[in-house]
Amino acid sequence: MYPFTYSRATDVADAVRDKAGHDGSAYVGGGTNLIDLMKMNVEQPAHLVNVAKLPLAKIEDLPNGGLRLGATATNSDTAWNEQVKARYPLLNQAILAGASPQLRNAATNGGNLMQRTRCYYFYDLATPCNKREPGSGCSAIGGFNRIHAILGASEACIATHPSDMCVALAALAPTVRVSGPQGERSIAFEDFHRLPGDHPEFDNTLAEGELITSLDLPEKGFAKHFAYLKLRDRHSYAFALVSVAVGLEMDGDTITDARLALGGVAHKPWRDHSAEALLKGQHATAETFGRVAAHVVANAVGQGSNDFKIELARRAIVRALKQAAEGKQEAGDVYLGGQ
Amino acid sequence: MTQTNHIGKAPNRVDGPLKVAGTAHYSGEFNVPHLAYGYVVSSPIAKGKVVAIHADEVRALPGVLEVFSHENVPYLAWFDKSYKDQIAPGGSPFRPLHSPDITFNQQPVALVVADTFELARYAAALLRIDYEQEDHETNLETKRTEGYAPGGGKTGFQAPPPPRGNPDKALKNATHSIEAEYAHGAQHHNPMELFTTTVEWRGDGKITAYDKTQGVYNVKNYLMGVFGLGKDEVRVVNQFMGGGFGAGLRPQYSVFMAVLATLELKRSVRVTLTRQQMFSIGHRPNTLQLLKMGTNPDGTLASLQHHALHETSQFEDYTENIVNWSGMLYQCENVKLGYQLAKLDIYSPQDMRAPGAASGNVGLEVAMDEMAYAAGLDPLEFRLRNYADRDQNVDKPFSSKKLRECYKQAAAKFGWETRTQKPRSMRANGKLRGMGMGGGVWDATQTKSAAKALISADGKLTVRSATGENGTGTYTIMTQIAAETLGLPLEAVTFELGDTDQPEAPIQGGSWTAASVGTAVKNACDALGEKILKLAQKPADSPLKDAKYDEVEFVNGQLRLRLDHDQAVVLRDVLQASGETQLEADSSALPNMLKQQGYSMHSHNVAFAEVEVDEDLGTIKVTRVVSAVAAGRILNQKTARSQVLGSVVWGLGMALMEETVMDHKFGRYVNHNFAEYHIPVNADIPHIDVIFVHEDDDIVNPLGVKGIGEVGMLGVTAAIANAVFHATGKRVRDLPIMLDKLL
Ligand SMILES: Cc1cc2nc3c(=O)[nH]c(=O)nc-3n(C[C@H](O)[C@H](O)[C@H](O)COP(=O)(O)OP(=O)(O)OC[C@H]3O[C@@H](n4cnc5c(N)ncnc54)[C@H](O)[C@@H]3O)c2cc1C
Ligand code: SF4
Repeated sequence: MYPFTYSRATDVADAVRDKAGHDGSAYVGGGTNLIDLMKMNVEQPAHLVNVAKLPLAKIEDLPNGGLRLGATATNSDTAWNEQVKARYPLLNQAILAGASPQLRNAATNGGNLMQRTRCYYFYDLATPCNKREPGSGCSAIGGFNRIHAILGASEACIATHPSDMCVALAALAPTVRVSGPQGERSIAFEDFHRLPGDHPEFDNTLAEGELITSLDLPEKGFAKHFAYLKLRDRHSYAFALVSVAVGLEMDGDTITDARLALGGVAHKPWRDHSAEALLKGQHATAETFGRVAAHVVANAVGQGSNDFKIELARRAIVRALKQAAEGKQEAGDVYLGGQ
Repeated sequence: MTQTNHIGKAPNRVDGPLKVAGTAHYSGEFNVPHLAYGYVVSSPIAKGKVVAIHADEVRALPGVLEVFSHENVPYLAWFDKSYKDQIAPGGSPFRPLHSPDITFNQQPVALVVADTFELARYAAALLRIDYEQEDHETNLETKRTEGYAPGGGKTGFQAPPPPRGNPDKALKNATHSIEAEYAHGAQHHNPMELFTTTVEWRGDGKITAYDKTQGVYNVKNYLMGVFGLGKDEVRVVNQFMGGGFGAGLRPQYSVFMAVLATLELKRSVRVTLTRQQMFSIGHRPNTLQLLKMGTNPDGTLASLQHHALHETSQFEDYTENIVNWSGMLYQCENVKLGYQLAKLDIYSPQDMRAPGAASGNVGLEVAMDEMAYAAGLDPLEFRLRNYADRDQNVDKPFSSKKLRECYKQAAAKFGWETRTQKPRSMRANGKLRGMGMGGGVWDATQTKSAAKALISADGKLTVRSATGENGTGTYTIMTQIAAETLGLPLEAVTFELGDTDQPEAPIQGGSWTAASVGTAVKNACDALGEKILKLAQKPADSPLKDAKYDEVEFVNGQLRLRLDHDQAVVLRDVLQASGETQLEADSSALPNMLKQQGYSMHSHNVAFAEVEVDEDLGTIKVTRVVSAVAAGRILNQKTARSQVLGSVVWGLGMALMEETVMDHKFGRYVNHNFAEYHIPVNADIPHIDVIFVHEDDDIVNPLGVKGIGEVGMLGVTAAIANAVFHATGKRVRDLPIMLDKLL
């Protein structure tokens, strides 16, 4: 770990100013990802601006019927918020499927969006990695890539975004409100994270110095028909190999609206609009689900150790769609393998 | 009824309160004054040379005290012998910072010492080292035909016995036969506590090393050999340990580094490894096994052949007993066992919980399941038909063996009779259900140990032996043994361990501590008891006047005649009347070779497991495990049960998730952290029933104990693998069984 200076911001303007005033500085929320990366020398900020105590921890109703999730609200407080549980149970399930209670108690919503990939090589300075050191090469291609991408990868990087929460968010489509040296702006969630392309060093479209202040959820929460299915190498406290977030609106057994997003398969939470379009107006049958699932993975590419994910994703999509259509899921349900 | 009858009960851990109050001190918690901190720099390549270390750049940082490397390490012992510890395998032990040669990835190449930990870590990050890389080989697959039989070496290693009968012919003529290969990757011990050594500089070349180790004497002897220290110049202490599992059996490079820096700087130094470096200190080796079996028409084994190949380093022949168990667990006249090593550019493997047995047991017990299916027999029935009443490897009877009783009790508790034999024939909760079983055998060993017992005039007993406590319950069971021997309540007894100022005990491994140190503790207390009896007999009117030691007993603070309880004296009165402030006795214990030579001494177990498999997604949930263990007398039901629970968790980890993955391009482990090397968490662990089947055995040792730290792990992994087959009809032969293998 490299030495760094530290300050605690009192308001948003103060935070943005403090960060802009220090070269090579970084915001820190719960620190559950950034501090680990600093210990491994993967990140070497010279100055940390602690934003965890900013007055951005509220979860409150929006005039348009939506819900605002403050950027510094913890993952736990967000998951267990009564409004979230009642109106966005998909988000509740996704958050609870991630990490451990201790981590969720510390982790902030802003930090969750910004967390970096868990690619083994990204973490290990002894191996080349384009994301860590642009131009050095990608060790995961041709290496061990069990947790790597099958969709939207590039020749420069096949890393995945590891968040569970963000997969539900991709389906729920909030806007991300940010504040920076150039003022405030909103970014559609879908445009927040990016694919690696030739610049895997950029995980998202946030501009230098911008601070996430909230996530504004639209009114529609798919609270009746939803599912978050996470498949992983142990039943808790492991990142997703594949995860699926589904939100449906149904009229009888006809799907009138649909959202479908995948985690663990791409550099960003993978929302598939064309699959959603395929679902709309269809009967909720195994045949429909199978067709849609096959469509989602039609262009998937394996990298060796992750070849199985293509088939796993296909099956997981079918299962999640079925669960959502049945409408028996509740907030707090977390899939634990065979139970 | 007596209150000082402690053995076999379930008292709480005597060290529990210290642990929860934070007053149990671990090796990284001795905050001696003027402490400096060392941070190890590890090689990023698997093979080659260090060509330059730009140490002066970081030496210039204020607060950095020194950078140690092969370039400036002082003259140390020259011969390999000096570096060999109690359980060093054959070959040349690794010498840290000895030469510029790199022989494995993450090899320690430098130690940066600074005034603070943070500074040492930072300086280590800045240290530029130039390497010359050479081609390496870390893939066991490439060495399939280059295996060789190791020539002895490590204590406890036994080359497989020669073939018996005519295994090949018997296999050819068998009614049914199977042949299959089994594999598992490398696994690391991963104790929670990082390897840490705090070395206190006591002036005049004298040091105390607070070192995370499973054997303080082993470390002391190593340090004396390597650094040329005298007996009185080095003391090694380790009173608590946050898990060892074998990782602490050999002196680790952390202690070498800390002692080196302390002696050179004449200042106390602490060295703590990082979690990543914990993957550079030995592991359960990547192993390939070939099993061949055949049966006779009556379902008895006609032929059993088991061959294993595993990796070792370029410099040592690390060995473990993988295949030998297969010649003793079942009755079979035609047996062939083979064992080979292959050299790779890796660090030497190291004993890890039930070393060898855990690996070989998976091959044997999954093959037994395959054989049972091939022969059309229930797996339990198949084992019963092949029950071994004698150890055919050595042609001796077992000193005791209640495996049959284990099968019976565990099967009943588990409800094995509800199982239908056909794969995919059981369902529950919308999932495929499977039931499987596996059994195992482990050594019951006793090794030389010593102890000292002291009693004060007020009847407080202190017993000391330099053994270890890595969470197994040593403090508690030794306290029980001592208290029961001298008829005292547990509160009147203090057991002290883990200090080379105490009488010598062996490394804490092999499940032999209860038998070895326990017997020494009992002997020391008996020796003290004899002294007390003499004192009690001094008064002319002593009711014990002519009694011999074996005619008296210590019970409830009294010393009395066994056959006439009214003839008694109060222990404390005797001590106080003697005028002595303290009495003491030393004793040691050796196995009784004469008594034991005609027997094979082993503990046994069986595990039954139930799984539910989501057929579409491949996810496996273990829903129940029943484990029955026959390991002589159980000293403490509670700590013993905890050990078996832990063993089941280990077995489950081995079956379903544990694997250190090597990227052969870099010759480097890639998942060397707790986020990606998965060990089971609560959500993975089902209800576990533990059954102890009591065995009376006065041959193994006077206490009749066999040790339970390792045997409980056996059977479990195979039981789960077999249950997965029963559920799905898919036989996965390379562990761990992750969901993709079932898709
Ligand atoms: C062992 C382990 C297991 C885990 N398992 C899972 C899992 O299964 N599923 C899952 O989803 N997650 C998992 N996580 C990740 C966890 O969810 C993230 O670490 C956490 O959400 C990050 O939040 P934080 O507030 O601690 O971020 P920090 O570590 O504080 O920051 C992370 C990044 O976000 C930036 N940042 C923080 N706040 C803001 C802001 N307001 N605006 C702009 N930038 C900001 C920081 O500069 C930094 O780059 C796991 C983590 C660990 C350590
Ligand atoms: S996949 Fe991306 S993060 Fe991983 S090594 Fe390649 S470039 Fe680095």
